[in-house]
Amino acid sequence: MIRVAVVRFPGSNCDEDTLRAFALAGAQTYFVWHRERSLQGADVVVLPGGFAYGDYLRAGAIARFSPVMDSVTDHARAGGPVLGICNGFQVLCEAGLLPGALTRNAGLTFVSRPVRVRVEAIDTPFTRCYPPGAIFTLPVAHGEGRYIAPPEVLDELESEGRVVLRYVEGTNPNGSANDIAGIANRERNVVGIMPHPERAVDPLLGSADGFMMFVSAVQSMALTSGGGP
Amino acid sequence: MPDYEVEVKVMPRKSLLDPQGQTVEHALHALGFEQVRGVRIGRAIKFSLSSASAEEAERSVRAMCQRLLANPVTEDFFIAVKEAP
Repeated sequence: MIRVAVVRFPGSNCDEDTLRAFALAGAQTYFVWHRERSLQGADVVVLPGGFAYGDYLRAGAIARFSPVMDSVTDHARAGGPVLGICNGFQVLCEAGLLPGALTRNAGLTFVSRPVRVRVEAIDTPFTRCYPPGAIFTLPVAHGEGRYIAPPEVLDELESEGRVVLRYVEGTNPNGSANDIAGIANRERNVVGIMPHPERAVDPLLGSADGFMMFVSAVQSMALTSGGGP
Repeated sequence: MPDYEVEVKVMPRKSLLDPQGQTVEHALHALGFEQVRGVRIGRAIKFSLSSASAEEAERSVRAMCQRLLANPVTEDFFIAVKEAP
Protein backbone atom coordinates (compact mmCIF):
# COMPACT_ATOMS: atom_id res chain seq x y z
CA MET A 1 0.00 0.00 0.00
CA ILE A 2 1.10 3.54 -0.65
CA ARG A 3 2.39 5.14 2.52
CA VAL A 4 1.36 8.73 3.18
CA ALA A 5 2.93 10.66 6.06
CA VAL A 6 1.02 13.64 7.42
CA VAL A 7 3.39 15.90 9.35
CA ARG A 8 2.08 17.49 12.52
CA PHE A 9 3.49 20.74 13.84
CA PRO A 10 2.35 22.25 17.12
CA GLY A 11 -0.70 24.16 15.92
CA SER A 12 -1.49 22.07 12.83
CA ASN A 13 -5.24 21.47 12.85
CA CYS A 14 -6.15 20.00 9.46
CA ASP A 15 -4.04 16.92 10.10
CA GLU A 16 -6.93 14.57 10.90
CA ASP A 17 -9.00 15.61 7.87
CA THR A 18 -5.97 15.27 5.62
CA LEU A 19 -5.12 11.83 6.99
CA ARG A 20 -8.69 10.73 6.49
CA ALA A 21 -8.82 12.01 2.92
CA PHE A 22 -5.77 9.93 1.99
CA ALA A 23 -7.15 6.91 3.84
CA LEU A 24 -10.39 7.26 1.87
CA ALA A 25 -8.29 7.26 -1.28
CA GLY A 26 -6.80 3.92 -0.29
CA ALA A 27 -3.45 4.91 1.21
CA GLN A 28 -1.81 3.67 4.38
CA THR A 29 -1.70 6.84 6.44
CA TYR A 30 0.11 7.92 9.59
CA PHE A 31 1.21 11.03 11.43
CA VAL A 32 4.79 12.18 11.84
CA TRP A 33 5.45 14.58 14.71
CA HIS A 34 7.56 17.57 13.72
CA ARG A 35 10.38 16.59 16.07
CA GLU A 36 10.90 13.18 14.45
CA ARG A 37 13.70 12.82 11.97
CA SER A 38 12.37 9.81 10.07
CA LEU A 39 9.41 9.79 7.69
CA GLN A 40 9.13 6.01 8.20
CA GLY A 41 9.30 5.07 4.56
CA ALA A 42 6.74 7.55 3.31
CA ASP A 43 5.92 7.54 -0.38
CA VAL A 44 4.04 10.84 -0.11
CA VAL A 45 4.58 13.59 2.47
CA VAL A 46 1.90 16.11 3.35
CA LEU A 47 2.18 19.32 5.35
CA PRO A 48 -1.37 20.02 6.48
CA GLY A 49 -3.24 23.22 7.21
CA GLY A 50 -3.42 24.99 10.55
CA PHE A 51 -1.42 27.48 12.55
CA ALA A 52 1.98 25.91 13.16
CA TYR A 53 3.67 27.79 16.01
CA GLY A 54 0.68 30.08 16.08
CA ASP A 55 1.88 31.66 12.83
CA TYR A 56 4.23 33.60 15.11
CA LEU A 57 6.70 35.91 13.34
CA ARG A 58 5.34 34.80 9.92
CA ALA A 59 3.22 31.82 9.00
CA GLY A 60 5.53 28.85 8.56
CA ALA A 61 8.67 30.80 9.50
CA ILE A 62 9.46 28.73 12.56
CA ALA A 63 7.97 25.41 11.42
CA ARG A 64 10.39 25.33 8.50
CA PHE A 65 13.19 24.74 11.00
CA SER A 66 11.51 21.77 12.69
CA PRO A 67 13.73 18.65 12.74
CA VAL A 68 11.37 16.74 10.42
CA MET A 69 11.93 19.31 7.67
CA ASP A 70 15.40 17.90 6.95
CA SER A 71 13.79 14.61 5.94
CA VAL A 72 11.02 16.37 4.08
CA THR A 73 13.63 18.32 2.11
CA ASP A 74 15.60 15.12 1.35
CA HIS A 75 12.41 13.43 0.21
CA ALA A 76 11.59 16.41 -2.04
CA ARG A 77 15.11 16.58 -3.47
CA ALA A 78 14.93 12.87 -4.27
CA GLY A 79 11.78 13.52 -6.30
CA GLY A 80 9.28 12.29 -3.73
CA PRO A 81 5.82 13.89 -3.83
CA VAL A 82 5.24 16.58 -1.22
CA LEU A 83 1.93 18.41 -0.81
CA GLY A 84 1.60 21.54 1.30
CA ILE A 85 -1.98 22.61 2.05
CA CYS A 86 -2.57 26.16 3.28
CA ASN A 87 -0.18 26.45 6.28
CA GLY A 88 1.76 23.62 4.61
CA PHE A 89 2.16 25.78 1.49
CA GLN A 90 3.40 28.60 3.72
CA VAL A 91 5.97 26.26 5.32
CA LEU A 92 7.17 25.07 1.89
CA CYS A 93 7.71 28.67 0.73
CA GLU A 94 9.52 29.64 3.92
CA ALA A 95 11.66 26.51 3.57
CA GLY A 96 12.57 27.47 0.01
CA LEU A 97 11.09 24.28 -1.44
CA LEU A 98 8.73 26.50 -3.41
CA PRO A 99 9.45 30.06 -4.62
CA GLY A 100 7.69 33.21 -3.48
CA ALA A 101 5.80 33.85 -0.28
CA LEU A 102 2.32 33.95 1.17
CA THR A 103 1.40 37.18 2.85
CA ARG A 104 -1.57 38.91 4.51
CA ASN A 105 -4.79 38.87 2.50
CA ALA A 106 -5.25 42.13 0.62
CA GLY A 107 -8.63 42.65 2.27
CA LEU A 108 -7.02 42.13 5.68
CA THR A 109 -9.80 39.80 6.79
CA PHE A 110 -9.59 36.06 7.32
CA VAL A 111 -11.51 34.55 4.42
CA SER A 112 -13.38 31.33 4.95
CA ARG A 113 -15.63 30.35 2.06
CA PRO A 114 -15.87 28.15 -1.03
CA VAL A 115 -14.03 29.44 -4.10
CA ARG A 116 -14.02 28.38 -7.74
CA VAL A 117 -10.61 27.23 -8.88
CA ARG A 118 -9.24 25.96 -12.16
CA VAL A 119 -6.64 23.22 -12.25
CA GLU A 120 -3.99 24.09 -14.79
CA ALA A 121 -0.89 21.96 -14.29
CA ILE A 122 -1.96 18.32 -14.48
CA ASP A 123 1.56 16.96 -14.63
CA THR A 124 1.90 16.72 -10.86
CA PRO A 125 1.19 13.65 -8.71
CA PHE A 126 -1.68 15.51 -7.07
CA THR A 127 -3.51 16.75 -10.15
CA ARG A 128 -2.83 14.12 -12.79
CA CYS A 129 -6.35 12.69 -12.67
CA TYR A 130 -8.14 15.98 -13.22
CA PRO A 131 -9.21 16.93 -16.74
CA PRO A 132 -7.00 19.85 -17.85
CA GLY A 133 -8.66 23.18 -17.16
CA ALA A 134 -11.28 21.62 -14.91
CA ILE A 135 -13.10 24.18 -12.80
CA PHE A 136 -14.42 23.17 -9.42
CA THR A 137 -15.12 24.33 -5.88
CA LEU A 138 -12.85 24.11 -2.88
CA PRO A 139 -13.05 25.93 0.44
CA VAL A 140 -10.40 28.39 1.54
CA ALA A 141 -9.80 29.45 5.12
CA HIS A 142 -6.86 31.77 5.53
CA GLY A 143 -5.68 35.17 6.66
CA GLU A 144 -2.31 35.03 4.89
CA GLY A 145 -3.05 33.48 1.53
CA ARG A 146 -1.94 36.19 -0.86
CA TYR A 147 0.78 34.69 -3.05
CA ILE A 148 3.53 37.07 -4.12
CA ALA A 149 6.83 36.61 -5.90
CA PRO A 150 9.28 38.77 -7.84
CA PRO A 151 8.09 39.45 -11.41
CA GLU A 152 10.71 37.16 -12.92
CA VAL A 153 9.56 34.29 -10.69
CA LEU A 154 5.94 34.85 -11.68
CA ASP A 155 6.97 34.85 -15.35
CA GLU A 156 8.88 31.64 -14.84
CA LEU A 157 5.94 29.96 -13.08
CA GLU A 158 3.64 30.94 -15.92
CA SER A 159 5.94 30.11 -18.81
CA GLU A 160 6.90 26.75 -17.26
CA GLY A 161 3.28 25.84 -16.61
CA ARG A 162 3.81 25.54 -12.86
CA VAL A 163 0.62 27.20 -11.72
CA VAL A 164 -1.32 24.23 -10.39
CA LEU A 165 -4.49 25.96 -9.23
CA ARG A 166 -5.81 29.38 -10.14
CA TYR A 167 -8.77 31.27 -8.70
CA VAL A 168 -11.33 31.66 -11.46
CA GLU A 169 -11.49 35.29 -12.69
CA GLY A 170 -13.20 37.52 -10.18
CA THR A 171 -13.09 35.05 -7.31
CA ASN A 172 -9.60 35.72 -5.94
CA PRO A 173 -10.21 35.86 -2.18
CA ASN A 174 -6.91 37.39 -1.13
CA GLY A 175 -5.26 39.46 -3.90
CA SER A 176 -2.85 36.71 -4.91
CA ALA A 177 -0.59 37.63 -7.82
CA ASN A 178 -1.97 36.32 -11.11
CA ASP A 179 -4.85 34.76 -9.12
CA ILE A 180 -2.49 31.97 -8.13
CA ALA A 181 -3.99 29.47 -5.69
CA GLY A 182 -1.29 26.81 -5.93
CA ILE A 183 2.07 26.14 -7.57
CA ALA A 184 4.60 23.41 -8.20
CA ASN A 185 8.38 23.32 -8.20
CA ARG A 186 10.31 22.86 -11.43
CA GLU A 187 10.40 19.07 -11.04
CA ARG A 188 6.65 19.04 -10.37
CA ASN A 189 6.91 16.82 -7.28
CA VAL A 190 6.42 19.57 -4.69
CA VAL A 191 3.03 21.24 -4.77
CA GLY A 192 1.66 23.95 -2.51
CA ILE A 193 -1.98 25.06 -2.56
CA MET A 194 -3.97 27.45 -0.39
CA PRO A 195 -7.46 25.86 -0.72
CA HIS A 196 -8.40 22.82 1.35
CA PRO A 197 -9.12 19.73 -0.77
CA GLU A 198 -9.38 17.62 2.39
CA ARG A 199 -12.53 19.58 3.26
CA ALA A 200 -14.10 18.67 -0.07
CA VAL A 201 -14.03 14.90 -0.17
CA ASP A 202 -17.70 14.13 0.31
CA PRO A 203 -20.96 15.69 -0.92
CA LEU A 204 -21.92 15.89 2.74
CA LEU A 205 -19.22 18.56 3.10
CA GLY A 206 -20.63 20.59 0.22
CA SER A 207 -18.18 19.39 -2.40
CA ALA A 208 -16.30 16.23 -3.26
CA ASP A 209 -14.20 18.06 -5.85
CA GLY A 210 -11.07 17.78 -3.74
CA PHE A 211 -11.11 14.01 -3.50
CA MET A 212 -9.42 13.56 -6.85
CA MET A 213 -6.27 15.18 -5.48
CA PHE A 214 -5.81 12.33 -3.01
CA VAL A 215 -6.74 9.69 -5.54
CA SER A 216 -4.27 11.18 -8.01
CA ALA A 217 -1.45 10.95 -5.49
CA VAL A 218 -2.18 7.35 -4.57
CA GLN A 219 -2.57 6.36 -8.20
CA SER A 220 0.60 8.10 -9.29
CA MET A 221 2.61 6.29 -6.61
CA ALA A 222 1.03 2.97 -7.53
CA LEU A 223 2.10 3.49 -11.13
CA THR A 224 5.60 4.56 -10.08
CA SER A 225 6.09 1.51 -7.92
CA GLY A 226 5.15 -0.55 -10.94
CA GLY A 227 2.13 -2.37 -9.69
CA GLY A 228 -1.05 -2.29 -7.73
CA PRO A 229 -1.68 -0.51 -4.48
CA MET B 1 32.14 39.67 26.28
CA PRO B 2 30.25 42.92 26.25
CA ASP B 3 26.48 42.98 26.05
CA TYR B 4 24.77 44.70 23.17
CA GLU B 5 21.22 45.93 22.82
CA VAL B 6 19.85 45.05 19.44
CA GLU B 7 16.82 46.43 17.69
CA VAL B 8 15.75 45.00 14.36
CA LYS B 9 13.05 46.68 12.29
CA VAL B 10 11.36 44.46 9.75
CA MET B 11 9.36 46.38 7.17
CA PRO B 12 7.31 45.24 4.18
CA ARG B 13 9.23 45.99 0.99
CA LYS B 14 8.26 49.24 -0.62
CA SER B 15 7.11 47.50 -3.80
CA LEU B 16 4.69 45.35 -1.82
CA LEU B 17 1.08 46.27 -1.33
CA ASP B 18 0.65 46.98 2.38
CA PRO B 19 -3.10 46.88 3.05
CA GLN B 20 -2.57 47.31 6.75
CA GLY B 21 -0.58 50.50 6.14
CA GLN B 22 -3.21 51.75 3.72
CA THR B 23 -5.99 51.11 6.19
CA VAL B 24 -4.17 52.99 8.92
CA GLU B 25 -3.49 55.84 6.48
CA HIS B 26 -7.19 56.15 5.72
CA ALA B 27 -7.97 56.09 9.42
CA LEU B 28 -5.45 58.90 10.06
CA HIS B 29 -6.98 60.95 7.24
CA ALA B 30 -10.42 60.41 8.74
CA LEU B 31 -9.09 61.76 12.03
CA GLY B 32 -7.99 64.94 10.28
CA PHE B 33 -4.31 64.10 9.70
CA GLU B 34 -4.73 64.57 5.99
CA GLN B 35 -1.12 65.29 5.15
CA VAL B 36 -0.04 61.71 5.93
CA ARG B 37 1.15 59.61 2.98
CA GLY B 38 2.80 56.26 2.44
CA VAL B 39 2.04 54.55 5.75
CA ARG B 40 3.76 51.18 6.10
CA ILE B 41 3.67 48.96 9.12
CA GLY B 42 6.32 46.52 10.19
CA ARG B 43 7.58 45.07 13.42
CA ALA B 44 10.36 45.71 15.90
CA ILE B 45 12.33 42.86 17.44
CA LYS B 46 14.51 43.68 20.41
CA PHE B 47 16.97 41.58 22.34
CA SER B 48 20.32 41.53 24.13
CA LEU B 49 23.29 39.81 22.62
CA SER B 50 26.70 39.00 24.09
CA SER B 51 29.34 39.47 21.45
CA ALA B 52 33.06 40.16 21.11
CA SER B 53 32.44 43.44 19.27
CA ALA B 54 29.73 45.60 17.74
CA GLU B 55 30.81 44.48 14.26
CA GLU B 56 30.52 40.82 15.19
CA ALA B 57 27.16 41.51 16.83
CA GLU B 58 25.91 43.11 13.63
CA ARG B 59 27.16 40.21 11.51
CA SER B 60 25.39 37.79 13.80
CA VAL B 61 22.15 39.77 13.73
CA ARG B 62 22.31 40.03 9.94
CA ALA B 63 22.52 36.23 9.79
CA MET B 64 19.53 36.00 12.14
CA CYS B 65 17.56 38.30 9.85
CA GLN B 66 18.49 36.38 6.74
CA ARG B 67 17.60 33.02 8.26
CA LEU B 68 14.59 33.76 10.40
CA LEU B 69 13.61 37.27 11.37
CA ALA B 70 12.78 38.58 7.89
CA ASN B 71 11.48 36.99 4.71
CA PRO B 72 13.58 38.43 1.85
CA VAL B 73 10.72 38.04 -0.63
CA THR B 74 8.44 40.34 1.32
CA GLU B 75 10.51 42.25 3.86
CA ASP B 76 13.52 44.49 4.38
CA PHE B 77 15.33 44.62 7.69
CA PHE B 78 17.22 47.38 9.50
CA ILE B 79 19.62 46.65 12.34
CA ALA B 80 20.63 48.91 15.20
CA VAL B 81 23.25 47.63 17.63
CA LYS B 82 24.43 49.58 20.64
CA GLU B 83 26.45 48.72 23.67
CA ALA B 84 24.35 48.01 26.71
CA PRO B 85 24.69 50.71 29.38
